[in-house]
Order: sequence, then C-alpha cells, then structure tokens
Amino acid sequence: MNKFKITSDIIEIETNKSIGRGKAIGARALFEGIVRNSNEGQEVIKLEYECYESLAIKEGNLILDEATKQYALNDAFCVHRIGSLEIGETAVIVITASKHRDEAFRACRYIIDEVKIRVPIWKKEHYIDGESGWLKGAG
Amino acid sequence: MADLLKIQVIYFAKIRELTGLTQETFIIKKGFTPSNVLGLIEEKHCIVLGVNFKIAINDEFSDWDFELRNGDNLVFIPPVTGG
Repeated sequence: MNKFKITSDIIEIETNKSIGRGKAIGARALFEGIVRNSNEGQEVIKLEYECYESLAIKEGNLILDEATKQYALNDAFCVHRIGSLEIGETAVIVITASKHRDEAFRACRYIIDEVKIRVPIWKKEHYIDGESGWLKGAG
Repeated sequence: MADLLKIQVIYFAKIRELTGLTQETFIIKKGFTPSNVLGLIEEKHCIVLGVNFKIAINDEFSDWDFELRNGDNLVFIPPVTGG
C-alpha cells in the first residue's frame, strides 16, 4: 500500500487522525509543514508546488520504508500537497507511530528531511511585488 | 534508421517554463546520453540550463552517461524544493 501520497486537495489533519493507531502503539508524532508569508526577506503571498508524481511516490515510499526499518516503526505516512497554496495552508504532513516516543520523533524528522532533499517536488514563490520564482534548492 | 532512436523528454518546473513545453520528442543517434540530449534542448530552445540536474529514465533515477534506448522517457530533475 502506498503510504506516501500526493494531493491537490486541502490537507486536513482531522482526516488523517486514524493513521498510526493500534494497540501496540505508544507514541505518535505528527509534523505539519505550513506555507508562511516570507522567505529570505521577501513577502510571499502564495506558493505553487509542482511534482513529478510517479517518481515522487516511488521515492517517498522508499523513504517511509527506510524510516520504518531504521526506527522499528509500527506505521509511517506522508502526504504532500501540490498546486496553488495560500499562506497558512498545510503543504505536507508526516505521521510516525511506534512503541516509544524517541523512535517516533526521530523517524518523523528523518522522513521530512529526506523528502525535502530527495522527492521531486518543486516550489515556486509568488511575491507581493508581483514577481515570482522557483526556489533554487540545495542542488 | 536503425541507428536513430526516438525518445520523449518530460519537462518540469523551471525547465518547463523555459522551454514552454511539458514534453518533447527527440530523434537521437544511437549512443546518445542525457548529457547529449541536454545539449540538443539548449540548442533548440536557445536556453542555457547548466548541469544542476538529476536524471530520471522511465521513472527511475539514472546517470548522465546512460546510453539511451528507443522509447525511453527522460526527465531532467532540477534541485528539489518540496516540504
């Protein structure tokens, strides 16, 4: 089952409440990435995300599998939004579930860090002065 | 004709905007690599793209010196900026 998802719909934390629940689970960590109104001194009014979906899903699932093995997780999930996003909207969530909190926290961090450097998704910022630009990334 | 191959290049993000296309077909010589195809794109569209890309062929990460085959789908992946 694909646990890494790409969506153009609004991401609601509430709809993902049932992920990572179970009798053996003692800890559940959730990271939410939100669109903010500034970057490197410029006022941002909205973001656009574009994605190479087939490879993004493949690579995203690989990251979730790595985290599951490395941190002995009971469950791992990630959903990333694409399309046009307004300030304050959720761009990405990661949910990890494990027996104890340390693994859940560390795996959650691992997943979002790896997603940001490996999954083919690109962000374009639109600024208040009417300009826009694709972010350069780490290269 | 046996020495000519037909490949599809799919464009995303900045490279999509620079070419004005989402995809494009190229007829290339046998032995051509992604590196050669990038040169063709730059020449055809009069753009300079540089080499700061990862390569994907048929939805798998690949290499700049991979010898392309007939029917391959090639993507030049700019540095990713999700999250």
